[in-house]
Amino acid sequence: MQINRRTFIIGSAAVGGGLALGLRLPFGPEIARAQDGSPEIGVWVAIAPDDSVNIRVVRSEMGQGTITGLAQLVAEELECDWSKVRIEYPTPGESVKRKRAWGDFATGGSRGIRESHEYVRQGGAAARVMLVQAAANQWKVPASECTVSNSVITHAPSKRRTSYGKVAEAAARLPVPKDVPLKDPKTWKIAGKPLKRLDTRDKVNGRMVYGIDLKMPGMLNAAIKACPVFGGTVKSYDAAQVSGMPGVRKVVQVGDDAVAVVADKWWQAKTALDKLPVVWDEGENAKVSSATIAEVLKAGLDAEQAFVGNKNGGDVKNALSGAAKRVEAVYAYPFQNHACMEPMNITARYTPDKCEAWGPTQNAEGAFAAVLAASGLPADKVDVYKTMLGGGFGRRGAYPNDYVTQAVLIAKQMPGTPIKLLWSREEDMLHGRYHPVMQCKLVGGLDASGNLSALHMRLSGQSILAAVRPQVVQEQKGRDPLSFQGVFESGEHSFTYDIPNLLIDHAMRNTHVPPGFWRGVNINQNAVFIECFMDELAEAAGQDPLEFRRKLLGKSPRALGVLNAVAEKIGWGKPAPKGVYRGLAHLKAFNSYVAGAAEISVSDGNKVKVHRIVGATDPGYAVNPAQIDRQVAGSFVYGLSALFFQECTVKDGRIEQTNFNDYNSMRIAQMPKVETVLMPTGGPIWGGIGEPTICVAAPAVLNAFYRATGKRIRSVPLKNAGIELV
Amino acid sequence: MIRLSINGKTQNVDVDPNTPLLWVIREYVGLTGTKYGCGIAQCGACTVHIDGAAVRSCSFPVSAAAGKKITTIEGLAQNGKLHKVQQAWLQHDVPQCGYCQSGMIMAVAALLKEKPKPTDADIDAAITNICRCGTFQQVREAIHLAANGANAKV
Repeated sequence: MQINRRTFIIGSAAVGGGLALGLRLPFGPEIARAQDGSPEIGVWVAIAPDDSVNIRVVRSEMGQGTITGLAQLVAEELECDWSKVRIEYPTPGESVKRKRAWGDFATGGSRGIRESHEYVRQGGAAARVMLVQAAANQWKVPASECTVSNSVITHAPSKRRTSYGKVAEAAARLPVPKDVPLKDPKTWKIAGKPLKRLDTRDKVNGRMVYGIDLKMPGMLNAAIKACPVFGGTVKSYDAAQVSGMPGVRKVVQVGDDAVAVVADKWWQAKTALDKLPVVWDEGENAKVSSATIAEVLKAGLDAEQAFVGNKNGGDVKNALSGAAKRVEAVYAYPFQNHACMEPMNITARYTPDKCEAWGPTQNAEGAFAAVLAASGLPADKVDVYKTMLGGGFGRRGAYPNDYVTQAVLIAKQMPGTPIKLLWSREEDMLHGRYHPVMQCKLVGGLDASGNLSALHMRLSGQSILAAVRPQVVQEQKGRDPLSFQGVFESGEHSFTYDIPNLLIDHAMRNTHVPPGFWRGVNINQNAVFIECFMDELAEAAGQDPLEFRRKLLGKSPRALGVLNAVAEKIGWGKPAPKGVYRGLAHLKAFNSYVAGAAEISVSDGNKVKVHRIVGATDPGYAVNPAQIDRQVAGSFVYGLSALFFQECTVKDGRIEQTNFNDYNSMRIAQMPKVETVLMPTGGPIWGGIGEPTICVAAPAVLNAFYRATGKRIRSVPLKNAGIELV
Repeated sequence: MIRLSINGKTQNVDVDPNTPLLWVIREYVGLTGTKYGCGIAQCGACTVHIDGAAVRSCSFPVSAAAGKKITTIEGLAQNGKLHKVQQAWLQHDVPQCGYCQSGMIMAVAALLKEKPKPTDADIDAAITNICRCGTFQQVREAIHLAANGANAKV
């Protein structure tokens, strides 16, 4: 099995021939074909004479297993031979020409599978019907007398058999049926099974092509440096100082805030860039520091004006003042960088007639829009070709004036020459789209029986959408609904607790540091805030944290289900091994219900060993349980790295951390044993997998840390409190 | 001109002797399986073998590699047969995005050469590569699989 690499391996012939990539289009009576010439049977499937099946996937693969899962769903309905499945990436340019036949390309928000499962299954089912009809037509028998299995069509009464590859050309000429009934997931044979990924072989032999690996004839390499202070601009630079250095071809300004060196080799470009004298106009933002940002956020905790994200019952402030017991706490969550292993990069080539980009993106349509805008060319002269992504985590979504735009602006200054722009790790650290900074004040009121009668959760901090999708914030009259992920009034991130008097609001305090969607997005901080505070409330009520939560989850049986599952598996209520302490947390996010329970020990008061973490997830449906296991285990690595190590601090308007030496990430020695409980409960709604579990790592461990030490840490990362992960 | 032996092939490269070996492998020799992650020997994505030992090639000047036997991920398989670490990785479906895995596999192959049956503590001490997808649980299981063959408990 392989990914059709012609999508992104650029041969010299292809370049010479005007980059004849992408799918051939139907002209007149001719049918559409895949890149290998095989006929297209509906837009999702193309089948070659040798029965190999090209399944089209437009969502991006960044390690989360989406291409395998989507292919399983198509193959399930298609009834094809799984061993002959290959993946093909249609391009956004082709999509535009074909009225967005493949739907949304965006791969974020854990949506890859859950928001396309229905139409890709329909695509597989329709192709199956067309193939059977083609065979039936050939045999002059009713299609209803034919059966199909593993790419073979059989007409039992006449004992005839044929294969998909043999009837594909005829099938491609049939009309695409609509609304073919889909299988009951209970009968799945390919989907729902723990199949191996389709993209592993090339990842163990060094052959997988990531954006950084692209080679094109005549290609040059660019290294870039943007003003380290966000919002600052280039004042001047002295190209003459480096233009004679080995390999250097050109020194160019990129937009108003960056300078790039273009050279034969990237290392030459970087070496010259390091020596290039640049004077920046850093502007007003150079006065900003982490301390000044924290002050602004702190003021927001008690501000009069705030956007309401969730409200229940009467006046919360009255209810709180009338409570038998009042508990109050302030929490904080920092800026964090995604730190994808593959630094940002893209390759672009511009001529006045065509502008194309090749590389890693989570949203090929977003990258397409960026190329369109930066090139100034019309949509029929622009395209984007995806490679494998060396991590994404939200960083490779579509952000204004980001790496795709930069590459096109460089390529425009050297028409006809493909330019591979690669950021250094340092540039990647200094110009992230950071996890938003947030503080939170929580006030809870308990009645005389220790029941939670009122809760006010006040968020104060940055809005991602205000920076990235301002139109959404405008539609919401200034509110960023995403700020309330996991604690919202309704929808895929709704709050699970039933509290008689509730107010959750957000004092929006934006900074000059650009925010982005960081795997899990706003659930990371919201889960720390609410789930640690639940433990604080339980303690004030003199109750067990699990029992305290259970009483509030009467209206959310699925949340209760995952919480009970981790409690049972971790052994909650039974004695832990000597010196071992437990904590738990849960949340609903991306329409999945997730819970985590951790077992930790603490030595010397500050050295934390996380022995075990149990993660339970109810995503409604599980398309590939083996990959879900891996996503859950990986989520704990991402979440624990963030909890213990990761903060981007601001000094003189710029980020201080520059590489993995001061922005650490977990290693294998620190990896806990992860046990996954996968408990899909079906229903009409499919949940996401890639992100939800991350957010329960931190509160589960923080709650365990409190039980181990009596110290309640309310600020991330723990390194700031002198706490280590061992 | 520096004479390099990479994956059993000798070749001359015309390059500044201070250039990190990583960039010579990627940009002059054209083998891109070895990855750039940090440039300061922190993450291990650039791990190759020099005379059999794991080395972080981003911080190793090409001049120091002259005359030594360099093996990259592309040269780990022998006679068309994947190395046992690569086989274990395939069997256990280890990679997620896969970007760090070339370096991870090279580090593990060097460990197994030195310690054919490593304990968990040996693994913890020797394998310090960063994986942001978080494949560590699968990595550990696959190391035991590679070391112990079919009897490995995974």
